[in-house]
Amino acid sequence: MVEKLRFRDPDLAKRVAEKIHKIAPKEGTVKICHVCGTHEWTITHYGIRSLLPENIEVIAGPGCPVCIVPASEIDETVQLALKGVAITCFGDVLRVPGSKMSPLDAKAEGADVRVVYSVADAVKMAEKEPEKDFAFFAVGFETTAPSTAVEIINKPPENLSFLVSHRVIPPAMKLLVEMKDLSLNGFIAPGHVSTIIGLKPYELFPKHYKMPVVVAGFEPIDVLFGVYMILKQLSENKPQLENEYVRAVHWEGNTRAQEIMQKVFGTVDGNWRGLGTIPFSKLELNEDFTSYDAHLKHDVKVEKGVDIQKGCRCHLIVIGKIRPTECPLFMKACTPHKPVGACMVSTEGTCRIWAKTQTC
Amino acid sequence: MIMMCLAIPAKIISVKEDEAQVDFGKGVLREVNVTLVSPQVGDYVLVHAGYAIQVLSEKEALETIRLWNEILEAEAKIQQK
Ligand code: SF4
Repeated sequence: MVEKLRFRDPDLAKRVAEKIHKIAPKEGTVKICHVCGTHEWTITHYGIRSLLPENIEVIAGPGCPVCIVPASEIDETVQLALKGVAITCFGDVLRVPGSKMSPLDAKAEGADVRVVYSVADAVKMAEKEPEKDFAFFAVGFETTAPSTAVEIINKPPENLSFLVSHRVIPPAMKLLVEMKDLSLNGFIAPGHVSTIIGLKPYELFPKHYKMPVVVAGFEPIDVLFGVYMILKQLSENKPQLENEYVRAVHWEGNTRAQEIMQKVFGTVDGNWRGLGTIPFSKLELNEDFTSYDAHLKHDVKVEKGVDIQKGCRCHLIVIGKIRPTECPLFMKACTPHKPVGACMVSTEGTCRIWAKTQTC
Repeated sequence: MIMMCLAIPAKIISVKEDEAQVDFGKGVLREVNVTLVSPQVGDYVLVHAGYAIQVLSEKEALETIRLWNEILEAEAKIQQK
């Protein structure tokens, strides 16, 4: 059913694009930021930017959960792998550079590093090999964190522990708004994160920062409507929180997922690669579940990591300050086959998405 | 490889406790965990990394279309005035 509806109707897309041209201010630049790798994919893949007036800029914020995992947390995973613990992780994380090594480098040195599709696979592996110690490298925003929480609350086998690197998005959006030199005019909020957290966490943006926020879906038309709704708010000078993605996002979000997450995790300050420390942005296991904390269980300790490799500009990419094409290494020293920075590794990294579109 | 913030719609074929079999279309069937939602057979769910994270209802899908038309028409009306 969902697919049959007119979510890709080119006529409709054209009509929205026309509306955008009509309502867009004739002078000055409007900068709209999204914070989701999948939005960047839709925008780049369907050439949305070319449909917009020149003075409407859509920039990609820190929406790639793999890209913002700091090197120190990759280093922890590598250390654990080299100690003989079997690491289970999503495929996207494998090649992300740590200070010296990626998890894949550790695998090449003989460590047991396994790609899983879901945290449930990690649990199954641990059940199947009770003699072996496993750790799951839990990366992702609020879309992914509930699945980790479900498995932990169900008390997985004791030979499985967790390296929790989950981050939450709203504190990062707050950081972006407060970066005065970024001068944002509106946010397209991430659709699938919002299915979990609902709309409430975004209320502060129109209220305190006069910043329009529209939660949008992932079809090209969704994104175009998102842009249009923001421009309309700006033209009427009425910044508010709106939901374009009503077919998946409800005001209250997924309350069951929120409850399970609250039981399992608390929020602490966390480092984001390229962005630095963001208050209350990282999930950490609550007291009841510390027996599953891989750091405590295996005594993992690392030094401060090297987040940005020499010459890489991921720290500017993740805040949308520059485009990948403005990095001198882009598609020269840095390609999807030989990535230099994390933004070129993950399928949701802005550099990787731009590279893919250039080559196909 | 999965997109870490992408969730894909799938149709529920059968449910057994916290596990459900879903159809991603074109006959691609998979087991997913449905602890986070309570879907019925025939519902569409958004699946992310093996977990259903939201039930999509046909009503709300139609609501999207209504919302879009409303936005487009509201503008048209203003212009006619
Ligand atoms: S192109 Fe490569 S080196 Fe340049 S910013 Fe992107 S990831 Fe870093």
